[in-house]
Amino acid sequence: METLRKIEVITPKRGMFDVRLYELWRYRDLILLFVRRDFVAQYKQTILGPLWFIIQPVLTAIMFYVVFGKIAAIPTHDVHPFLFYFTGLTVWSYFSECFTKTSGTFIANANLFGKVYFPRLTVPISIVISGLFKFLIQLVILIILIAFFSLSGIQQISIHWTLVLFPVYILLMAFMGIGLGILFSALTTKYRDLSFLLTFGVQLLMYATPIIYPLSFTSGKINQILRYNPLTSILENVRYSIYGIGQFDAIGLLYTACFTLGILVVGILVFNRVEQSFMDTV
Amino acid sequence: MEVIKVEQLYKQYRLGQVGTGSLIQDVNRWWYMIRGKEDPYEVITETNDRTTQAKRDFVWALEDVSFSVNQGEVLGIIGRNGAGKSSLLKILSKVTSPTRGQITLNGRVASLLEVGTGFNPELTGRENIYLNGAILGMTKKEIAGKFDEIVAFSGVEKYIDTPVKRYSSGMYVRLAFAVAAHLEPEILIVDEVLAVGDVDFQKKCIGKMKDVASAGRTVLFVSHNMEAIKNLCSRALLMEHGTIVSEGSPSQVIETYLNNRSKSDWGHTYTELEAPGNEFTRLKSIVLKPIREDGKLMITVKSSLEINISFWNYVEDLVANLSLHLYAATGECVFNVITQLPPPTLGVGLHHACCVIPKELLNTGVFYVSFMLVQDTAKPLFNFEEVLTFEVEEERENTNWHGKYPGFVRPNIDFKINP
Repeated sequence: METLRKIEVITPKRGMFDVRLYELWRYRDLILLFVRRDFVAQYKQTILGPLWFIIQPVLTAIMFYVVFGKIAAIPTHDVHPFLFYFTGLTVWSYFSECFTKTSGTFIANANLFGKVYFPRLTVPISIVISGLFKFLIQLVILIILIAFFSLSGIQQISIHWTLVLFPVYILLMAFMGIGLGILFSALTTKYRDLSFLLTFGVQLLMYATPIIYPLSFTSGKINQILRYNPLTSILENVRYSIYGIGQFDAIGLLYTACFTLGILVVGILVFNRVEQSFMDTV
Repeated sequence: MEVIKVEQLYKQYRLGQVGTGSLIQDVNRWWYMIRGKEDPYEVITETNDRTTQAKRDFVWALEDVSFSVNQGEVLGIIGRNGAGKSSLLKILSKVTSPTRGQITLNGRVASLLEVGTGFNPELTGRENIYLNGAILGMTKKEIAGKFDEIVAFSGVEKYIDTPVKRYSSGMYVRLAFAVAAHLEPEILIVDEVLAVGDVDFQKKCIGKMKDVASAGRTVLFVSHNMEAIKNLCSRALLMEHGTIVSEGSPSQVIETYLNNRSKSDWGHTYTELEAPGNEFTRLKSIVLKPIREDGKLMITVKSSLEINISFWNYVEDLVANLSLHLYAATGECVFNVITQLPPPTLGVGLHHACCVIPKELLNTGVFYVSFMLVQDTAKPLFNFEEVLTFEVEEERENTNWHGKYPGFVRPNIDFKINP
């Protein structure tokens, strides 16, 4: 045992870049147990259980189909509007889930964090992983829908080789979601107003992302602004690689990757800073 | 060998609501910092004294605390609520960081700051053992290796695959403590686990703590149970207002503690902002008044004691009881009384209750009062711990015996010789 002993010094403030990510590896079992807990606890008392993963996006896509497809009649190129919305929603909902859920890390776990120390980042990481399971289930539904639409001749599918980048898109969204989420969670410990801003901010962001319309539908200034949204290139590229609409945007993707990396680093640094003292402010 | 070394530790807390002021303070702090000056809010003036309202927004929960603990020692920490014990333990267990000073730890720390941390009611006992163990720093493999031992120690084998929300509170605590007891850290921080559970379980806990200590590991033990401190600890610290006021053998430190606390006043009145409580209830005041035939304000065995409690209730149409516990200074409960049954229904607002302890009931000594507000005679909304302390003095006539009568009570019971 003697060799395992490690001298640790607790001081007022750790350095800005003293992040101790290696601790996460030691707590990897905890991350997986958190994922399991989220799953079990969330659906134990519901009748439909994980079916809610499917019901939610299907109903939303139907509603979008009626409102935006039929009433507003926003064009979706040659893609069937329902399929168009469902694709966008599947991708978007993973991002928004990562973002909103991780943004509550400190407030929702204040009680737990107040009693035991473990690397706080385990919580948002576990959220992103449980979100991934939910996303995969929805992805299966999407694949089934695509197969159905193409076999019944309603929709022409033209898979492009860039579809191999799909996992990269998902990873980018997960990192962007967690980066933004932990940044917000750190800031909301001090300034609670931000949590209100977040709820409707995410909603606004959804409309500022080409989910219910293709980017090519916009023009001029709005088109320019939409290109600053790092999610835009992901959605456009996903649709391009499945349906062959729009175009592959490599520069946009590079921009998204840089943005994601930046926000992730900033998020981790701020989160690391706040986790040392937040118990005194909540 | 020194395993814990605490050097000039300070901890500052910001009081009250964090509102518009906090941003301005933050900006101000940052402005001072970039000019290389000291933090303008870190002026040491106010000590943490909960009996008077603080005049500043900042308070020092710990001030210049230094001590060290050797390997294999069991160090008891005692002190009134608000003396800084919890702040110290939180810093030691890395939940929060100190404002100044430093701690050197030689070995892995595990804390039992309230057992059952992270238990999820929906999960089964088995799942919770794994989750809780992992939160406390064990790997899955370590937990699996000790699983049977943990279950046996907890005594809930039969219900291990039942969600813990169906457990009785006793089972819950036993399971939670069992996980924590098998952590095998070099330094174990124990806070008030003995306050719950039955006698058998308490014996088990004490046995486990002794094992831990005899295996060469170190224990920091915080408790209000003076007997437990006396029995378990090799050394004790007394904290008051964020500083260590006494250090030495447990019996000596306990004596200092009891002497100090008996001097405390007979009640507190709080403002709504600083009042103890939670979202359901807050305590406005608790005041003790001795009632005597001669009208003197003194508490003796011949004084009736009128305890007046005023509290805010925030729950609409609350079917409410108060449950009052009177404790002896050593931590044993002398009695528990509850308000009238069937319970009255209270609206939102300020309410008053009065309890009269008749004269010639309590023996001499220091007592303290805790009470809780209970909903529907079953659900405690908040436990106001140790909100009142008093000492009953001697008053006797016609006797040549001057020692202390034993026992917590000295009731006036009819007992006669027929001459």
